[in-house]
Amino acid sequence: MTEAPRTTSAATPPPAGTPQRPPMGRLARAWDSDLIWSFRHSPLAMGAGAVTAFFMLIALFAPWIAPQNAFDPSSLNLMDGFLEPMNRGATGNLHVLGTDNQGRDLLSAILFGSRVSIIVGFLSVAFSLLLGVSLGLIAGFVGGRTDAIIMRIADIQLSFPAILIALLVFGIVRGFIHPSQHEQWALGVLIVAIGLANWARYARTVRGSTMVEKNKEYVQAARVMGRSSFAIMREHVLPNVMGPILVIATINLALAIIEEATLSFLGVGVPPTQPSLGTLIRIGQQFLFSGEWWILMFPALALVLLALAINLLGDWLRDALNPKLK
Amino acid sequence: MIAYVLRSLVQASIVLLAVALLAFSMFRFVGDPIANLAGQEATQADREELRKHLGLEDSILVQFGRFVGGAIKGEFGISYKQGRKVSDLLAERLPATLELALLSTILATGLGIAFGVYTAIRRDGLIANAIMVLSLVGVSLPTFIIGIGLIYLFAVELKWLPSYGRGDVSSFGWWTTGLLTESGRRSLVLPVLTLGFFQLTLIMRLVRSEMLEVLRTDFIKFARARGIDERKINFRHALRNTLIPVVTIAGLQLGGVIAFAIVTESVFQWPGLGALFVQAVQFVDIPVMAAYLMFVALIFVITNLIVDLLYFVLDPRLRSDRPEAAK
Repeated sequence: MTEAPRTTSAATPPPAGTPQRPPMGRLARAWDSDLIWSFRHSPLAMGAGAVTAFFMLIALFAPWIAPQNAFDPSSLNLMDGFLEPMNRGATGNLHVLGTDNQGRDLLSAILFGSRVSIIVGFLSVAFSLLLGVSLGLIAGFVGGRTDAIIMRIADIQLSFPAILIALLVFGIVRGFIHPSQHEQWALGVLIVAIGLANWARYARTVRGSTMVEKNKEYVQAARVMGRSSFAIMREHVLPNVMGPILVIATINLALAIIEEATLSFLGVGVPPTQPSLGTLIRIGQQFLFSGEWWILMFPALALVLLALAINLLGDWLRDALNPKLK
Repeated sequence: MIAYVLRSLVQASIVLLAVALLAFSMFRFVGDPIANLAGQEATQADREELRKHLGLEDSILVQFGRFVGGAIKGEFGISYKQGRKVSDLLAERLPATLELALLSTILATGLGIAFGVYTAIRRDGLIANAIMVLSLVGVSLPTFIIGIGLIYLFAVELKWLPSYGRGDVSSFGWWTTGLLTESGRRSLVLPVLTLGFFQLTLIMRLVRSEMLEVLRTDFIKFARARGIDERKINFRHALRNTLIPVVTIAGLQLGGVIAFAIVTESVFQWPGLGALFVQAVQFVDIPVMAAYLMFVALIFVITNLIVDLLYFVLDPRLRSDRPEAAK
């Protein structure tokens, strides 16, 4: 964002008393950019950013900071089952958030679960981004029948709810995999399913901006220079249509995390040996009636916080990057 | 108008045919139908026999034709998992899902319009603001969390309402309903609330923003200047002009209702189509998945048709015979 033309001075009044500043370093320039400025002045965005960053960090470092390896059945002690929060287990370990029916430390389970949720979220967003942007570029650049076919498929995709498409893709892909390998491939299948359910929005946006860009002079110049269509698309048009994609991707990440949680909650997502937040909620629901509320409540709280924070961040990003709102 | 309806019908059939092609490909190419149906002990001769019986040796086009013919009659073969006819399974579970979807749509549309109008008229009121904040929660929370929250509050803590199943149902022929018994009605409350909540917030926000826009226009000012009763202005003049986008969105949302019904039915163990579909996905039960896909597409096409026709009722400009208006 550092190269963004600084014409929108209304949003960034230059600090009083420093009309002529010496050339800044790259970092300082970034710190002073419109985007960061707007971030520094929005408490909601900063809060959401902090929560998101917190979850990213615990997801990244889960194996090192978790008191227990939640994926390793041998580290579980059945004697420690159903411990209420802030209780000590048989080995004297403090379970801050309590344990579930198998004696799994809930704090560790949530750390590892967030890791799975966030990994699936990021990879499926990357997948739909790659697919959607490529198809949108091709549709917008080539036009004609190719455009009509791609966009018609995108229309159908958009009119059906993402969760339905994800379930359908999940079922179909599993049909091609031998049942004994279902668990092994579950994460990959999940990423493909969620990714295939969300590409259409990228395609639509990129197609729209590509159609505007392809008639501009720099594209004609590239053509005159004899560059191939593929090279023009990739090197000249692509960087100019990526702007709005960042916003869509952020909001999409929250959606993807919720979709993964929903699928896992329905029991068609990740295998129970590698629980995500959705799987933990599914497990916790069984104990709702017997009074062990913490098994359900903490994973649900983590999921809601994570999704809400990323959503708020996406909303802020949309407003901050939209010049019409300034 | 007749040309318009005919064109919509042709488009609808094309969409259905495309979905049928997808469903057929699932049937034909995902997994091996013979292995799924014949079981472990079948001999090679048995398999050949079954292959002939199912017509898998005919050309793909003939098979597709047969599939479409069967689909029109509602026949989708036999469930791999349950060994029963898919059409029977669907017919059994259809009433439960339709009852849930229709009731929550009625609830969401009615309350959504009422809340939307209220929050638009009393824009700065305390209650209006509270409703708006609550609707934000509805937009950002996942459906299954809302369902679990309702169960925790009303079934576990307060013990007012049942948390799963349909309760007692009365049947009329193939149709079953829970509306006529006490336990059936009580069982409906939480699932309907869960399913309706998301739509409600959506419709409410839409009505509110449309109302705010319309209330600023000249014809409303003119109506005020003429001294027309405020209530009449709000409901006769303003609300009516907001209904076109509302009907569009509410109609198109029905696809969403079906999808959220999958989640809601699983949370409340509701014996409907969505729960059946989730089971089918878990066990890769292709015939059931294909049939469900066709069912959703059908619902989708029908609601689109109805929405198109409702435009004529709501917008008198479309009814005139000017050629450009017939679009």
